[in-house]
Amino acid sequence: MNLIVCLKVTPKIEQIKFDEQKKTIVREGVENEINEADKNALEAALKLKDAAGGKVVVLSMGPPSFEPFLKLAIAMGADDAVLLSDRVFGGADTYATSRVLAAGVEKLKPYDMVLCGEASSDGSTEQVPPSIAGWLGIPHVSYVSEISVVGDRVRARREVTDGHEVVEVRPPVLASVQLGCNSPRFPDFRRKRWAEKEFKLRVMSNQDLGFAPADVGLEGSRTEVTGLSRMRSPERKREFIKGTEEEVAKRLAQIVRA
Amino acid sequence: MAGAGGVFVFIEQTDGALEDSSLEVLGKAREIADRLGSKVTGAVLGEGVRPLAEECARRGAHTVLVADSPLLKNFTAEAYTDVVAGMVKARDPDMLLIGATHNGTALAGMLAIRLGAGLMAHVVDLEIEQGTGMLLGSVPGFGGSIVAVCKCKKGRPQMATVRPGVFQTPKPTDQAGAVEAFAVALKPEDVRCQVVERTVQHSASVSKAQRIVVAGLGCKDDLSLPKKLAEASGSAFGVSRPLADKGVAPKNLVIGSTGSSLNAKLAVVVGVSGAAHFTSGLRNVETVVAVNSDPDAEIFKHADYCVVGDAAKVVPKLISELGGSSP
Ligand SMILES: Cc1cc2nc3c(=O)[nH]c(=O)nc-3n(C[C@H](O)[C@H](O)[C@H](O)COP(=O)(O)OP(=O)(O)OC[C@H]3O[C@@H](n4cnc5c(N)ncnc54)[C@H](O)[C@@H]3O)c2cc1C
Repeated sequence: MNLIVCLKVTPKIEQIKFDEQKKTIVREGVENEINEADKNALEAALKLKDAAGGKVVVLSMGPPSFEPFLKLAIAMGADDAVLLSDRVFGGADTYATSRVLAAGVEKLKPYDMVLCGEASSDGSTEQVPPSIAGWLGIPHVSYVSEISVVGDRVRARREVTDGHEVVEVRPPVLASVQLGCNSPRFPDFRRKRWAEKEFKLRVMSNQDLGFAPADVGLEGSRTEVTGLSRMRSPERKREFIKGTEEEVAKRLAQIVRA
Repeated sequence: MAGAGGVFVFIEQTDGALEDSSLEVLGKAREIADRLGSKVTGAVLGEGVRPLAEECARRGAHTVLVADSPLLKNFTAEAYTDVVAGMVKARDPDMLLIGATHNGTALAGMLAIRLGAGLMAHVVDLEIEQGTGMLLGSVPGFGGSIVAVCKCKKGRPQMATVRPGVFQTPKPTDQAGAVEAFAVALKPEDVRCQVVERTVQHSASVSKAQRIVVAGLGCKDDLSLPKKLAEASGSAFGVSRPLADKGVAPKNLVIGSTGSSLNAKLAVVVGVSGAAHFTSGLRNVETVVAVNSDPDAEIFKHADYCVVGDAAKVVPKLISELGGSSP
């Protein structure tokens, strides 16, 4: 099976600060990581490869600074990695992002399955996977927790409101994988060294994809942000209840009964 | 074009039951349409779903389109996209709203591309911009700690998915809108995904609970203690996401940005660290009690009453305290 995993590098959101004066997000000094759910997508792809053979290619859109994270994906077991990187891709909403990623997928034809994480930890719109499938004109199965290949079909278990269902579909198909549905493997030490020293990342610019600049990035976006604000958390009392275990329990019981 | 403009709402149903979130969206759509002096069109897809359409017509929709076909019995993103895109092209609405359930999100993402429309994801508020009449959506990001006010600068209709639980369910009225059949041109080969099995158990949403005990990874894998506490205090029970991911609790009990937002008077949160993706679900809770063994746990910044201690010791004491004095 030829498997493509879309992977994003995201800031560690607990380190993100909000500048109340400028109304902007402060990203300086914030560490990055492979988006959590995308690691689950990569693990799902590697498991499919372990079971049925094939190739896993990691695909990302972003700045050159993503490179070490793509090499980490290689160290985890991906066979190849492609970075779609161009200034004109910047500032994209989900419409323009999914458009570029779909064009990247087309470049990697033939493929059987595209896997994405269900959401990014920063934007968390959950819209990019179904939108990529929309551009590609292939079926999309979302919130998948288990995938297997049965004959000529892909069989997937997906969550729905208050339950789950099992669907079957012939490839090509795009699956978005649930955060936390598996335990991503650790990078292999020797592969990591090899990836860092010898692996050559394939970088594609807009010249390779051939979009009119107005169709991608900020300009190619359909939505715009008119303002940011911090979601006000209510003021909390933050009273620490102290005392012996009995005293604490008594006080808690009063609060709970109130 | 007849019926052009207005607000279009996709109404989701599973096995003949309406999704609560679709009704909430319908209520908000009506409010927006009344402000703009325009009309609400609902769309119900499925097999044998006309009664559901009639119900929506009593809850604020001026017109409800029904696409009835065995091929639409189960939700599949591409077949539903085909049909809804056809309806939208026929009605040419200004706005298209969808409840941000798993199915709603899958539909919206694909449909936006088909229609060339802008899409605002799981908004927690919708307003109309002064002067332009454009739709403004409040889109939470970064775990729900930051909200971006967005609009759709290009493409029509202006699309948004709406986070479940943020708007009120409209009451049925005697004024019923029209129900119209919409011809489905799907062929069996257009439905590429086959649903071979489904297990759904409708349950009351934890977002409506008045009191709740919420357990996190600090409770380890044994949830019997926090569950007993819930019982002893007459509370509902919820969990942080990793407990559901591990399979020790069902997904519909998850609190946070990818689960439910609480509206309780009291939430007792045990063994939860307080990540932004979790605490965004506590915002509307009146009183938060947190129990955590780490004195520096982030959760204490989001709590009214803080107890530093081992859940395995604090919780049993509290249970017996509650049991001992309640009749
Ligand atoms: C895109 C995305 C969406 C997400 N959506 C959600 C969501 O909707 N809801 C959600 O909950 N999470 C969500 N998460 C995950 C979230 O970021 C956190 O990882 C998660 O909330 C942590 O769960 P926890 O607090 O139970 O576990 P941990 O972070 O492991 O915290 C356990 C806590 O228990 C305490 N503890 C340990 N032992 C004891 C003891 N004996 N007694 C008392 N306390 C003890 C520890 O001090 C610690 O604070 C999401 C993440 C991403 C990336």
